[in-house]
Amino acid sequence: MSIHRHQFSRRSILAGAAAVGLTGTLAACGGSDDDSGKSSGPVKLTYWAWAPNMDKVAAIWNKKNPDITVTVSKQAAGKDIVSKLITAKKAGNAPDLIQVEYQSLPTLVSNDVLADISKYAKSAKSQFAEGLWAMVTLGTDAVYAIPQDSGPLMFFYREDLFKKHNLTVPATWDDFAKTARAAKKAVPDAYLTTFSANDPGLFAGLAQQAGAKWWTVGDGGKWTVGIDDAATKKVTDFWGGLVQEGAIDNQPMYTPAWSSALNKGTHLGWVSAVWAPGVLISSAPDTKGKWRMAPLPQWSAGEDVTGSWGGSSTGVSTDSKHAEAAAKFATWLNTDAEALAALVKEVSIYPAATKGQSGSVLTAPAFFPNQTDFYDTAAKIAATTAASAWGPNVQVAYDTFSDAFGKASKAKKSAQFDTALATMQSATFTDMKKQGFKVTEA
Amino acid sequence: MTPLTLTATDARPGPAKPKRTAWVPTLVLVLGSLYCLIPVVWVVIAASKGRSELFSTFTFAPGTGFAANFKELSSYRDGIYWQWMANSLLYAGGGALLSAAVSAGGGYALGRFAFKGREFIFKLMLAGVLVPSIVLTVPQYLLLSKLGLADSYWSMLLPSILSPYGVYLVRIYAAAAVPGELLEAARMDGASEWRIFSRIAVPMMMPGLITVFLFQFVGIWNNFLLPYVMLADDTKFPITLGLYTLLTQGASQPALYTLVIMGCFLAILPLIALFLVIQRFWSLDLLSGSVKA
Repeated sequence: MSIHRHQFSRRSILAGAAAVGLTGTLAACGGSDDDSGKSSGPVKLTYWAWAPNMDKVAAIWNKKNPDITVTVSKQAAGKDIVSKLITAKKAGNAPDLIQVEYQSLPTLVSNDVLADISKYAKSAKSQFAEGLWAMVTLGTDAVYAIPQDSGPLMFFYREDLFKKHNLTVPATWDDFAKTARAAKKAVPDAYLTTFSANDPGLFAGLAQQAGAKWWTVGDGGKWTVGIDDAATKKVTDFWGGLVQEGAIDNQPMYTPAWSSALNKGTHLGWVSAVWAPGVLISSAPDTKGKWRMAPLPQWSAGEDVTGSWGGSSTGVSTDSKHAEAAAKFATWLNTDAEALAALVKEVSIYPAATKGQSGSVLTAPAFFPNQTDFYDTAAKIAATTAASAWGPNVQVAYDTFSDAFGKASKAKKSAQFDTALATMQSATFTDMKKQGFKVTEA
Repeated sequence: MTPLTLTATDARPGPAKPKRTAWVPTLVLVLGSLYCLIPVVWVVIAASKGRSELFSTFTFAPGTGFAANFKELSSYRDGIYWQWMANSLLYAGGGALLSAAVSAGGGYALGRFAFKGREFIFKLMLAGVLVPSIVLTVPQYLLLSKLGLADSYWSMLLPSILSPYGVYLVRIYAAAAVPGELLEAARMDGASEWRIFSRIAVPMMMPGLITVFLFQFVGIWNNFLLPYVMLADDTKFPITLGLYTLLTQGASQPALYTLVIMGCFLAILPLIALFLVIQRFWSLDLLSGSVKA
């Protein structure tokens, strides 16, 4: 298997613990235990997920499939669940089913947490856009998870304030810069948006739109790290420049101050993803009906491409004794019409399955009563999502991003943004080398 | 008595000095108490704010959503918060009780009996005080997994039982508060060692044991890493970990700030109650003892 590390390694997550050697072979996991699923008595599966109300969707399955019972255990999201899974795997305690963000898939595969379920789940391929499916196969013949939701990037803006101050909705990033300056001029204490060093996922999505390929794997399992490629440099210079001239804010997102700025209208827009309405409900409750969504600005006029921020999939762990049953549930959860409807309604996600992106279930978000065609537009934008390229140490790159870009945006120096990008590249490359991957720099 | 004036004179009659306020210590104490109390006040006030008030109204202006927040938290996932609260009480209460019992036995034996290897065991204990429990969490997890106890109530209780600091404290306390003469007298009267320990030594060591109990209780109540590593089933989570899952729901899901703040507010109530109740046992400290000097 090409994407695995080849040497003994030590994980920082297990500091203090005996480092357990990781074998480079993932091979056909789950193959030997298939028959146990057919033994008498119901199969009991555990499912670690962080999205709220996932238990309600599992309840629908449990009612219809008395022979396979799924119990959802709600965990913390992001890197927390990843480090917890790797630790649990060392002890042989990983759950049967896991909610995994796309960017964490390579990490979990190289730590032998995720099983190859291609035997049971290959048929699901036709239900998803090609780019999404490529993320769960990691470009191999294996299938490591079933896509669940996706987060195509879009531009959200305050329709009322844009009208009031005569601002134009930007079609290109050049326009975006102009709009940011015009907004600053019109309302001196307000900003169009902010550059957040706390959200590497957004930055990765913006780089992805520009055509960046941060990790690529070639023949013989040789990785190439290209975080400071031309595309990402372009994105870095653009945002660094805006921060330096003071056209946009430099404060992180998802803080009380940021919420307050959205609510008061001192932030006039937000580069975010399709799930933004759900965040705005709680962050900016007074602004209902005042927002509008538009496609993400493009690098050159006439282009039509976007990146993605967030999104997750459902995987089966190598510790599962019922890989077939688990894969069956994962496929049902993310492709069955009833399950998709429940995911939209209860978990409020934007389904990855193509048929889940249209139809009656996705009515316009209640927070956007002024934009009734919200999801029709969203489906069109989602179709233009650029392919992403994740590697086995995304978390290292993300942590370095928050650290280095945090300092740069605090200093408001465009030159420091470039240095920060170089730091991100070298830290990621060095870490992969230390972990024992065959790796070169782009 | 006004809280702001600390007078330098005391009750004893003496040369009548003009009452002078000691400004510096008063100021330091006032600042210190503000430093400790403001976060608590913040939690209380923020817990009363509704979703729309939380980030928009003045920080210390009370909101109107207290009852609504309480109701919403109580009904969140069929009241799983109260399950977490019960778990926290079980882990902290049970763990602290067991730990106090073990510390009592261990500390008493080390402090009041001379036996071979005593100093060695004691020094080993002291070394244990220096090792932060965080370092031990992952090895403990792997060990308990081997025993099939990970993700069980025992996986939280077992690691809390032995507190090197507790044993150390009780040893010092036993050596100081339980006089050897008293134990001699009891032996002369024919009391068994168990009877001496349970009827004489333990009551005399009570203030020390209560200290150990409180330390462990607060320590376990606030512990995050151990449950985070040990527990997978969210119905076994304590409050710390449970509230954390409300905050980190991924970028696409809003963090439930109002619920978490209400949850934090409710989580400090048992601690406050515990300290208020136990305080009266604590002040016995220097007065207790049964051999007159």
